[in-house]
Amino acid sequence: MADSPPLAVEHDEGLHHQFVDREQQRNAASLGMWLFLGTEVMFFGGMFCAYLIYRYWYYKEFAAGSRSLDIWLGTTNTAVLICSSLTVALGVRAAQMGKRKLLVLLLLLTLVFGLGFLGIKGVEWYDKYVEHHIPGASFSAQDLIEQYPQLHIDPAPTQIYFSLYFAMTGLHALHMIVGVGIFCFLTYYAWRGRYTPQYHTPVEIGGLYWHFVDLIWIYLFPLLYLIDRKPLK
Amino acid sequence: MSEPILSSKLYVGIWAALMCLTVITASVAFVDLGPLNTVVALVIATFKALLVVLFFMHVKYTSEKLTKMVIVCALFWLLILLFLSLADYGTRAMTRT
Repeated sequence: MADSPPLAVEHDEGLHHQFVDREQQRNAASLGMWLFLGTEVMFFGGMFCAYLIYRYWYYKEFAAGSRSLDIWLGTTNTAVLICSSLTVALGVRAAQMGKRKLLVLLLLLTLVFGLGFLGIKGVEWYDKYVEHHIPGASFSAQDLIEQYPQLHIDPAPTQIYFSLYFAMTGLHALHMIVGVGIFCFLTYYAWRGRYTPQYHTPVEIGGLYWHFVDLIWIYLFPLLYLIDRKPLK
Repeated sequence: MSEPILSSKLYVGIWAALMCLTVITASVAFVDLGPLNTVVALVIATFKALLVVLFFMHVKYTSEKLTKMVIVCALFWLLILLFLSLADYGTRAMTRT
C-alpha cells in the first residue's frame, strides 16, 4: 500500500465532516437556499393566482385601482431595488476577492437602498390611507367612480383590488424587512472580518435571498401599477 | 472547479439594462397598444427576471446542475398552479352579481 493517499492532508477548520471539500459544502448550502426560494415561489404563487383570477373577473375595477397608485413612486422604488441588487452582486464579488472594506461599504449601501424602498412604500401606503383606499369599514371608492365615470366601476370589487395590493406589497415588504435584518447581520460579521475568499457562503446566500425579493417586485410592479395606464376614450 | 468571479463591468452593464427596461416598461404603459399592453409589460418583466437570475444570482455560471433543476421544477409547479386555475375559472359561466 505504498501509494495510498494520506488520510488527512491538513485539517480544515471550516469544513464540516460530511463534505468532501469546500466546493461541495458551498454547493450544498446554495442548493438548500434555492430549494427555500422554490417554496417562496409557491408562497407568492398562490397570491399571484388569486390576483389573476380576480383581475380576469373584475378588470375595470382593477384598472381603476391601478390608476390610483402613484406610478412615479412605483417606478422610483423599482429603480431603488435594482440599485440594491447591484450593490449586493458587487458585494458578493468583493467577498469572493476578500476586500473587507469594500464589502462592508456595499452591504451598508444595500441597507440604505432597502430602507429607502420601505420608506417610499410607507409614503405610498399613507397616501392610500388618506384616500380611504384601505379595505375595511372606512373604504371608499367614490373618488375613483367620479374620476373614471367611463369605467362604471363597482366599489366592492375595487376593494378586492386594494386587498390584493396590500396583501402582496405587504408580504413583499415583510420579506424586505427580513432581508434588512439579514443584511445587518452580514454587515456586522463582514466588519469583524469573518468572510474570506475561502468562506463567504452567508454573503452569497443572503444575496440570493435579496435578489429573489427584487425578482418578486419586478413582477409586482407591472401587475399592480401598470394594469391600464393608457388614455381613456 | 471553483466559483467564477465576474467582472464588475458586467454587473454594471446588467444594472444599466435593468434600469432602461424599467423606464421603458413604465413609458410604454401610457401608449395604447390594446391587449398587447399587458403582454409587453410581462415580456419585459420576464426579461428583467432572466437577467437577475442568470447574472446577479450566478445561475448562468453555476456548475451545479441540481440548482438548475430546482429552478425549472419551481417554475413548472407555478405554471401548473396558474394555468390549471385559470383554465377552470376562465371557462366557468360566471355572472357578475
